Amino acid sequence: MQMNGLRLDDGEAALKGGHSGVSIIVGDGSRSPLISRVTSTEKGKRMPPAGDPLTAQQIAILKQWIDSGAKWPVAATKAADPRSSHWAYQPMTKPAVPAVKQSSWIRNPIDGFVLARLEKEGTSPSGEASPTTLLRRLKLDLLGLPPTPAELTEWLADTSPGAYEKWIDRFLRSPHYGERWARPWLDLAHYADSDGYEKDSVRPGAWRFRHWVINALNNGMPFDQFTIEQLAGDLLPGPTTEQKVATGFLRNTLTNREAGVDRREDRFDQLINRVNTVGTTWLGVTIGCTQCHDHKYDPFKQKEYYSLMAFFNDAEDEDIDAPLDGEMGPYLRALPEYRKQKAEILEKYKIPELQDKWERAMLAAIDDPGKDLEVDFNVTSMKAMLDYADRMIRRGPGGRTPKESARLTAYFLSSPGNAFKGDKEALARIKDAREKLTEANAKLPPPSQAQTVRSNQDNPVTNIALRGDWKSPGVEVSPGALGILPPLKAAGPRATRLDLARWLVSKENPLTPRVIANRNWQEFFGRGLVRTSEDFGLTGEKPSHPELLDWLGNQLIENGWNIKQLHKTIVMSATYRQASNTRSDLTDRDPENMLIARQARMRLPAELIRDSALATSGILNPAVGGKSIKPALPKGVAELGYGNSVKWKESDGMERYRRGLYVHFQRTTPYPQLMNFDEPDSNVACSRRRTSNTPLQALNLMNDPVFFEAAAALGEQLTSQHGPLSDKLESLFAQCLNRKPAAGEKATLANYLDRQTAIFVKEGRSAEDAQKDAWTGLARVLLNLDEFITRE
Amino acid sequence: MPFMHIDQYRQIQARRQFLQSWACGFGGLALGGMMASDGLLGATAPAVNPLAPKKPHFTPKAKHVIFMFMEGGPSQMDLFDPKPALRKYHGQSLPASMTKDLKLAFIKPSAAVLGSPRTFKPHGKSGMQFSDYLPNLATCADDICQIRSMHTEAFNHHPGQLMLFTGSIQFGRPTMGAWVTYGLGSESQNLPGFVVLSSGVGTSGGASNFLSGFMPSTYQGTQFRSSGEPILYLSNPEGVSRETQRAGLDAIKDLNEKHFTDTGDMEIASRIASYELAYRMQMSAPELLDFSKEDPKTLEMYGVGKKPTNDFGSNCLLARRLVERGVRYVLMMDASWDTHTNLNKKLKEKCDATEQPAAALIKDLKQRGLLDETLIVWGGEFGRTAMAEIRNLSDPDNAGRDHHPNGYTMWLAGGGIKGGTTIGATDEMGFNITEDKVHIHDLQATILNQLGFDHTKLTFRHTGRDYRLTDLGGEVVKKILS
Repeated sequence: MQMNGLRLDDGEAALKGGHSGVSIIVGDGSRSPLISRVTSTEKGKRMPPAGDPLTAQQIAILKQWIDSGAKWPVAATKAADPRSSHWAYQPMTKPAVPAVKQSSWIRNPIDGFVLARLEKEGTSPSGEASPTTLLRRLKLDLLGLPPTPAELTEWLADTSPGAYEKWIDRFLRSPHYGERWARPWLDLAHYADSDGYEKDSVRPGAWRFRHWVINALNNGMPFDQFTIEQLAGDLLPGPTTEQKVATGFLRNTLTNREAGVDRREDRFDQLINRVNTVGTTWLGVTIGCTQCHDHKYDPFKQKEYYSLMAFFNDAEDEDIDAPLDGEMGPYLRALPEYRKQKAEILEKYKIPELQDKWERAMLAAIDDPGKDLEVDFNVTSMKAMLDYADRMIRRGPGGRTPKESARLTAYFLSSPGNAFKGDKEALARIKDAREKLTEANAKLPPPSQAQTVRSNQDNPVTNIALRGDWKSPGVEVSPGALGILPPLKAAGPRATRLDLARWLVSKENPLTPRVIANRNWQEFFGRGLVRTSEDFGLTGEKPSHPELLDWLGNQLIENGWNIKQLHKTIVMSATYRQASNTRSDLTDRDPENMLIARQARMRLPAELIRDSALATSGILNPAVGGKSIKPALPKGVAELGYGNSVKWKESDGMERYRRGLYVHFQRTTPYPQLMNFDEPDSNVACSRRRTSNTPLQALNLMNDPVFFEAAAALGEQLTSQHGPLSDKLESLFAQCLNRKPAAGEKATLANYLDRQTAIFVKEGRSAEDAQKDAWTGLARVLLNLDEFITRE
Repeated sequence: MPFMHIDQYRQIQARRQFLQSWACGFGGLALGGMMASDGLLGATAPAVNPLAPKKPHFTPKAKHVIFMFMEGGPSQMDLFDPKPALRKYHGQSLPASMTKDLKLAFIKPSAAVLGSPRTFKPHGKSGMQFSDYLPNLATCADDICQIRSMHTEAFNHHPGQLMLFTGSIQFGRPTMGAWVTYGLGSESQNLPGFVVLSSGVGTSGGASNFLSGFMPSTYQGTQFRSSGEPILYLSNPEGVSRETQRAGLDAIKDLNEKHFTDTGDMEIASRIASYELAYRMQMSAPELLDFSKEDPKTLEMYGVGKKPTNDFGSNCLLARRLVERGVRYVLMMDASWDTHTNLNKKLKEKCDATEQPAAALIKDLKQRGLLDETLIVWGGEFGRTAMAEIRNLSDPDNAGRDHHPNGYTMWLAGGGIKGGTTIGATDEMGFNITEDKVHIHDLQATILNQLGFDHTKLTFRHTGRDYRLTDLGGEVVKKILS
């Protein structure tokens, strides 16, 4: 057991003590903290923390043992640590592709590894999936969209050599590729459009990071660069705006703006979140345990945790202008006039003088609270809502950046608090100035904003937080990486975030390539080679195909961290092209398909269910990138937000028909369709989504206006289409399921049409309307099929 | 090949039908016995219905929980725990020695004491104390157990609510209702096992008070909304009648079954079951929500149809109707009891809106013989300070109280809890607990105990660790058990 750096299963370590000091005073049992802890009657203090307390007899033995010199048996003096020999921490191997018997099946080395295992188990791979299934699979996997009937026809007719590869290349060039692949990355970044917690304020610049991810993936940015820019883009020499925008990765942590919250505590929680996110995302380790104690299973020390935290402690939040193409012109043209107006307004109402008085009142209350309770309360609120408020005030007007000045003045005008209580004239001036400025602001088309981080030159000190409690600082630590992995080389005297990022993707680090290769594999097979894709440690699962995992990791590095290339290699393999049907010969032996003797049927992720319905019915707005959108929200959802503060204004026109990826994510009241289909809650990094199967999903697909509208759009198309019923059913199948219907399926649907038409007629519709509406009903049936929301 | 699957599927169907037809005749325990093989406590992945009723560790006292969550933190010294000394020291600052360990959100330790103008009287055979703000609840004194010694780690709302409902102030753990649903499944074939009702404006915790965290979403609370539709997407789109819905469902089922034959994927069988349950929910919910057959006296007792009791009263009545229909866990969230200012006025408003319905629920369950098997829990995420919080000095009625995570009161009733009991005590000023400390984890352990669970054994494995609701703590509060 280990707590606060104290280990009692290793003699040397036990005598050394923990972060709180020595625990065993050799020769003096009664003064040893160890004894007072096991004899304590105070809950929370007594050790061991769980289970029955030690008996009086056991305590007596322990005490006598300490009195007599606390001698450890030789074997226990230095416990051999099996943890350092764990597979995941070993250097990458260069496995040779194994020889196989059924060599005709092999399309690339992936297949060699998979087939060798299957042959060893005395079985064989599944046959290739049908061409129609393959096209649907490829397009959903690479672009997250179902094929169109025209594509299906073209695909089936394309018998040219290399057709399969040609289609893959075509998909990899599509701008929708970045949309499809941004989402799993955003799960790790735990992207959201709001702060979270009680106030859950909207983050107007959050989307700019998502925009960056989509572009980076579409442009084929190598993964090492992708890593470095997101963790330390601001520290690159002469960073571009886009490189700064990339650091928005770190800004997806929650912010608690509940008045009364201690900002230091919130900051500490954010740092914890950042360390854990890096642990999960790149290293596949559950390092979060070491916030409070040395890791019980994995070879990580509590001290190392805070050394990692020290890398992020220097990063402070900064919101920047991050204009998209075409935004700067109008902004710069409007700017001089705006500046002039603003200066005039501030001068006219003598705002600087009022603000100065307000700042002095706030500063006095910060430095010496308790004098005026009302102003104290204003300070508490200000600190919660305005980042770095006290620092900005302390520095005075001369020590602020123009952006900071603008933020502070805007805050002052919106919340002057009690500094001018009773001074009607001053309050009126503030109100007038605020209103006039709002008018002026409306005429200025501002460039897009982005949330980024920048280095704090003050180099804040990082301490171990004893028992994970920030209010109990232990020894000071400097930035450093995990000792179990190859050493981190710092470019300067003190290691920085940039060094950390480079270390994560260095050739010597075996975890990152394995973790990244595995997670990409997971997206194509529904399960990673290491199923616990967030945990490669001792409590995680072992890889089903360790050689294949290393081979993929090596490929990634050798191809310059080219993710598109990795995707291409995977989808080109025969392993990927297998049928996904279950095999009765393997249901008992390999119920979870660990051998990869077939492909997987995977329910589509939440966003792609929306995308499929919109795309299939032809109402999808395929615009790529940009701001978040708000589709219609059922009544009663936004109302759940704190004090009715969540405002949900539906997006205009075609904006609301954009892909699920762009739906505004309000942390306390997320869009129900996404949550019903297991979009993660965005509070912590999510490495793999769960897949639930609930009645709420059924209600959602049947009755949500978005899906009903899609069915109605399809119904209209079918009504206007002429020809025999059989042809119409075939074209509907091509559109929704990208295949031909079987005779039995046609019969079911023909019966349904008759039954439904009769119901409508009985309910009083004209024969014509009844038929038309029955087609909508039929489209609705198809959009509700398990197959429609599944990639096979 | 696929035949085995078809057979498996038919077996499942047969069993479901069997259960449905018997569901009315048997209590949850009998069902639990029959369904225990479906995978007790998630030992194996239940391929069909993760909500099938399951047996707890031992014979339970309670089958249902109704948690009345008074969001924001009700003031214990103005409702349950009389502190006459506060009047004595009213307006004075306390010596630093008394206040040095206090954690305060807004006020400073030097803030002046705020005496309570409330009058307290003993009630019932037990002589339990209630303030004059709780006249109706006081008549239930002998069914209620007050715990005056609650304590928690958090003193801000959202962390406090996470602590209360998930046992940890960290995000992402499953909530109490999810644990119960995971452990017991659902007794109802037509309704979700865990239902959330809300009143007042939104809460700080929002959905994180009833999500399933790292557990499958099947276990999360289903919110019956107070505005709009009671269950999201429960009604058919316009122009879709019940018959039309059924015709569509029959076609969906038929095509899904065909595809199941082709692929052998058990997920399709689950999908079919989900669609059928969705339809049954659509059919049964209107009856559930229809109060027209209730005795007018009952409506009157709950204060339905009258201001200011209508919202909470309707939720209380609905909670009873849910429990009658086999729902395991009802979370009622009532916002906001966060009386930083204008305490006397705001607290009265909250009490007037809720205490009569809460008392009605106890009495109504009792007269129907349901109180014994239904555990009612009432309380907030923390209590309030002895000292005044004043945000506006010129208004004499402005005073309120800040957050106080130590020595606050919660009460329980029914479900094997000893009525007429008051346990725990706080010091003269209500700062610290002087006897029978009850931590949130202890409360959670007790709730699980009443449902038949050893809280240390109800675990869920996630990222290599077995998690539990009570984290590393929790002891059953044996003193309050009957």
